[in-house]
Amino acid sequence: MSIFSLTVIASLLISSIRSATPLVLAALGGIFSERSGVVNIALEGIMLIGAFTAVMISYSSGSAWLGVLAAMAAGVAIAWLHGVVSIKYRADQVVSGTAINILAVGLTEFLLAKFFGQAGQTPNVTPATLPTWLPLHGFTQQVTAFAWIAAVLVVLTHVVLFHTPLGLRIRAVGEHPRAADTVGINVFHMRYLGVLLSGALAGLGGAALSVGLLNSFTDNMTAGRGFIALAAVIFGKWSPFGALAASLLFGFADALQTQAQIIGLKVPSEFLLMSPYILTMLALAGVVGRSTPPAASGTPYEKGER
Amino acid sequence: MSDRKAKRLFTGSIPLPTFEGFLVPILAVVAALLVGVLFILWVGKDPILAYKALWRVTFGSTRNTLETLVDTVPLIFTGLSVALAFRCGLFNIGGEGQYLVGSLAAAVAGYALPGLPAVVHIPLVLLAGFAAGGLWAALPGWLKARFGIHEVINTIMMNYISLYFVHWLVIAHLKDPTNLSQRTPKILESAVLPNLLQNTRFHLGFFVALLVALGVYFLLWRTIAGYEIRAVGLAPAAAEYGGISVARNIILAMVLSGGLAGLAGAVQVAGISLAYYDGAGFVGYGFNGIAVALLGRNHPAGVLVGALLFGALGRGGVRGMQAIADVPKSMIGVVQAAIIFFIAAEGLFRVLVPHLRQRRQASRGPGPAGGTGGEGAPHSGTATEGGAGR
Amino acid sequence: MAKVLEMVGITKVFPGVIANEDVHFDVEQGEIHALLGENGAGKTTLMNVLYGLYAPDGGELRWQGKPVHIGNPNVAIRLGIGMVHQHFMLVPPMTVAENIVLGAEPSKGGLLDMAAAKKRVRELSEQFGLKVDPEAKIQNISVGMQQRVEILKALYRGAGLLILDEPTAVLTPQEVTELIAIMRRLVEEGRSVIFITHKLKEVLRIADRVTVIRRGRVIDTLYTKDATEDGLAEKMVGRKVSLRVEKDEARVGDVILRVRDLTAANNRHLPALRGCSLEVRRGEIYGLAGVDGNGQSELIEVLTGLRPATGGEAMMNGKSLLGLNPRAIFARGVGHIPEDRQRRGLVLNFTVGENLILGSHHRQPFSVRGLLQGGAIDRRAEDMIQRYDIRTPGTKTLARSLSGGNQQKVIAAREMERDPDLLIAAQPTRGLDVGAIEFLHRRLVEARDRGKAVLLISLELDEILSLSDRIGVIYEGRVVAEVPGHEATEEQLGLWMSGGSTGRRGEAQG
Repeated sequence: MSIFSLTVIASLLISSIRSATPLVLAALGGIFSERSGVVNIALEGIMLIGAFTAVMISYSSGSAWLGVLAAMAAGVAIAWLHGVVSIKYRADQVVSGTAINILAVGLTEFLLAKFFGQAGQTPNVTPATLPTWLPLHGFTQQVTAFAWIAAVLVVLTHVVLFHTPLGLRIRAVGEHPRAADTVGINVFHMRYLGVLLSGALAGLGGAALSVGLLNSFTDNMTAGRGFIALAAVIFGKWSPFGALAASLLFGFADALQTQAQIIGLKVPSEFLLMSPYILTMLALAGVVGRSTPPAASGTPYEKGER
Repeated sequence: MSDRKAKRLFTGSIPLPTFEGFLVPILAVVAALLVGVLFILWVGKDPILAYKALWRVTFGSTRNTLETLVDTVPLIFTGLSVALAFRCGLFNIGGEGQYLVGSLAAAVAGYALPGLPAVVHIPLVLLAGFAAGGLWAALPGWLKARFGIHEVINTIMMNYISLYFVHWLVIAHLKDPTNLSQRTPKILESAVLPNLLQNTRFHLGFFVALLVALGVYFLLWRTIAGYEIRAVGLAPAAAEYGGISVARNIILAMVLSGGLAGLAGAVQVAGISLAYYDGAGFVGYGFNGIAVALLGRNHPAGVLVGALLFGALGRGGVRGMQAIADVPKSMIGVVQAAIIFFIAAEGLFRVLVPHLRQRRQASRGPGPAGGTGGEGAPHSGTATEGGAGR
Repeated sequence: MAKVLEMVGITKVFPGVIANEDVHFDVEQGEIHALLGENGAGKTTLMNVLYGLYAPDGGELRWQGKPVHIGNPNVAIRLGIGMVHQHFMLVPPMTVAENIVLGAEPSKGGLLDMAAAKKRVRELSEQFGLKVDPEAKIQNISVGMQQRVEILKALYRGAGLLILDEPTAVLTPQEVTELIAIMRRLVEEGRSVIFITHKLKEVLRIADRVTVIRRGRVIDTLYTKDATEDGLAEKMVGRKVSLRVEKDEARVGDVILRVRDLTAANNRHLPALRGCSLEVRRGEIYGLAGVDGNGQSELIEVLTGLRPATGGEAMMNGKSLLGLNPRAIFARGVGHIPEDRQRRGLVLNFTVGENLILGSHHRQPFSVRGLLQGGAIDRRAEDMIQRYDIRTPGTKTLARSLSGGNQQKVIAAREMERDPDLLIAAQPTRGLDVGAIEFLHRRLVEARDRGKAVLLISLELDEILSLSDRIGVIYEGRVVAEVPGHEATEEQLGLWMSGGSTGRRGEAQG
């Protein structure tokens, strides 16, 4: 099978979109959080919890979409925890995020054993699908409904961030919180909003992974995707469309690995498995100097200090 | 994401332990154990039985205590690794990957160099682990020093890269052909860390760990290199002004940090497993090292205590809680994460404990004082930048 | 005259310090009222109480005669109080229009209506004569325009009373004149203005009334037409102040530092030094005057190894300083008191002892063969603490706990003890009380009397005038004029600092 035949390209494209979708969703969450000034290293942990919650709820309720909603709710809950610790108690945001990641692994492992009575992997669940009367149904089935949701969310995020008063305030809070404070904007509220949104979106991304893509939950299934999503945010210069492009790139690397046999790529699988991570490092190195984060990102805000 | 972040880590961390320095970790642990109780109740098991089992298995007898100490050893190294990096304002989450490459390097040095006396071979094996871990951390370190790319993502990426890389190396090249299990050939006798007590796994590595902890303390507070590393971690602009090379020290700190994590792997190979066993994933010492370092306030003495705690929790979780009280061992992971959380949220305790709160306010001083001067008044204990004085 | 604002018996306490004690302060309709005091006297605290950023511990606020409670800036804004902060509260990557409407954005159908915003900005701009470009990004505009944006922010929200906090600190004399015109225009249009300052001359020039604050208490409120500079100074400080430093004639030696056509860029890759030249001789204090942002910071950084030069030369004793790292430059005999003492000058979380050896920590007697010598460090630290009168419980106290003045003394002690041949002192007395200022000035003169060279860079003309043997003026990255210290006048310097020229240029470069 020639590497450049149409079927191969189509299959790579579809595979890239599939792999990119969870990344895009989590990255959008990362954008909201970072733009408001809170570093959210915990995207990974939230995705994992979202992935598990989606499976658990869809298994017990029979509805995949209910599971998705539950995943988003779980994401919000965990993000709230991160928010309280970093915003209210002004903890170091990276430490708090790391704690969540460690918690997520332990918690999902624990809950998996408790609810499903088996270790390592849940039984399969029915995937989340869109109703059949929507156009392009066949294509959608392949790339999963989540891809559409992600596309809509990318546009929505862009509009909100750059064309609404709310977006202006969020960005101001992330760049110069004191300036926003002095015009009466509640910095803490804005940051909480950013963090909670990131929780919802990362949870959605996790659901996309488990219920959308792989149809079950396995221990540690996110495998660093949350961090790759963060890299997509940086690579995409904290803009929704940029993050989309970056995620597609990373998704492509992942696709190469899954489609390697089909396209006849003769590289040891381990190197293909490594490729998204290497690509991430290269991407980060590549945008050096040209990609600057929101200025107040990572610094807890203290009122009354000059 | 910048070195400003590191400053936040140091609002409570001073070289000499203080009452306040002790209280927060203790409260965090107590709170986390309470969280554990809640989880145990949730699975419908008996928390008292569980914690009793935990105690019995960890410190209930001399033999158990020694076994616990054995489990503590790798955590001492990874804890020191993270603590040292933190002292330079760096967040080394790459301990898992550095551990793996260190283990493999040590195993190879262990079986591939025949004809050496133990007195030479053992240090060589440990050195191999140190070097491999150091090299693995050098790349993220260089990227940070040269380009300012945050080491958090890069070290995590290196973790995954090492996972697959080491796996491939073992399966494709270094596997022991005489054996069905996926491991390197057993290391030679001369490379083994001697066992110190029969019927236990207690090996010389424990004292190596103590020595290294002492060495890290000495390095940080008694040498020029340590002074410079700490200066860069606390105030990179001032360090630069004082003639200290920020880039050089970042790389140095990362290499040392990675080396320590690699050493963790080496000591495990030389003392316990005696070969590199290709596993399914990360071992966990690297991530737990983060918690240990935080518990120990990034001080070698604290790391020793923190490692003991986590080693005990780890051992107690599997052998005690799960085996005896039928509590899933992943519950320990929850407790461990909770510990990190409570330490990170030390502000929580400051609110709950009025005493601490008063002490904190007393050293805070007035917030504003019209400009940078604040004459006549002491400066606050939590001055932040970024936002003020733009 | 009707009183717009009355602050009655305001008290504000922070742990360890009483920032405002029983302060009475009022503003009449249509007046410009100056709030005068030293750094740390409590002026900004009082205004922060007024603006709702702090809650007072005692006292009452009255607006238009009625008691009010101002719990946060929104309340203040609604009443019609607008604050222009000393350090601008503008978001750099956003535009002028975005910054002005932030928090009160016009919107249509949920989306930002930037067209309406820009229109309103233009209207206000016309009405008050405040020239701005609504589409420019804050990070690209001049300081003067940034200040106008801040004023527009207040006016956009309908401010009737404007508080200006140290507005002239960052302006050239020319821009100050423009600002004064703006203030008069504001008053003409029915507004009232409070402006906070520590500069006596401005008060007399601009304000109708002045209230002097010292150590949190109001000393006096009087009409400026009844006030004198000396009188105000005495009230501000509490005793007779000699505004000039006593010093002998300088015994000047040969040239130790020669800078020729030095060029360098700033952090935003724009040219900051455009061919800067100057010479400093042994035994003299060379004062470099200029408005902030004209290249002083970059010049200091190039000379101390913290920034690369892009051209030109800088020779010390005939050997180039360019391309060397800070350690090498220290070794050549250069000392540096940095302008940002908390960021550059000290590691706040190090002890006083550890800070006192910063820069020399790798040399004897503080280190031998890579190991720190605790005993030697402590001994030297105790010695320095004594001789420089640094108020600290001990060598093991964290630098963070010291007051600003004592922190600066630590830095000065450290640099001077190194006995450098050339001491570069950047803003050495910024934010310090008079006692500390006098102390440091004496030390600088002492160093000069011992044959050292001092390059003094300061934004305070008074400091330059009282200390310098020779004065140079830096403007847009070049030294545009030089005069002997005793011949310089403030008017002349001010003119040069804003790019103007008199017939006489002294020893300008070329």
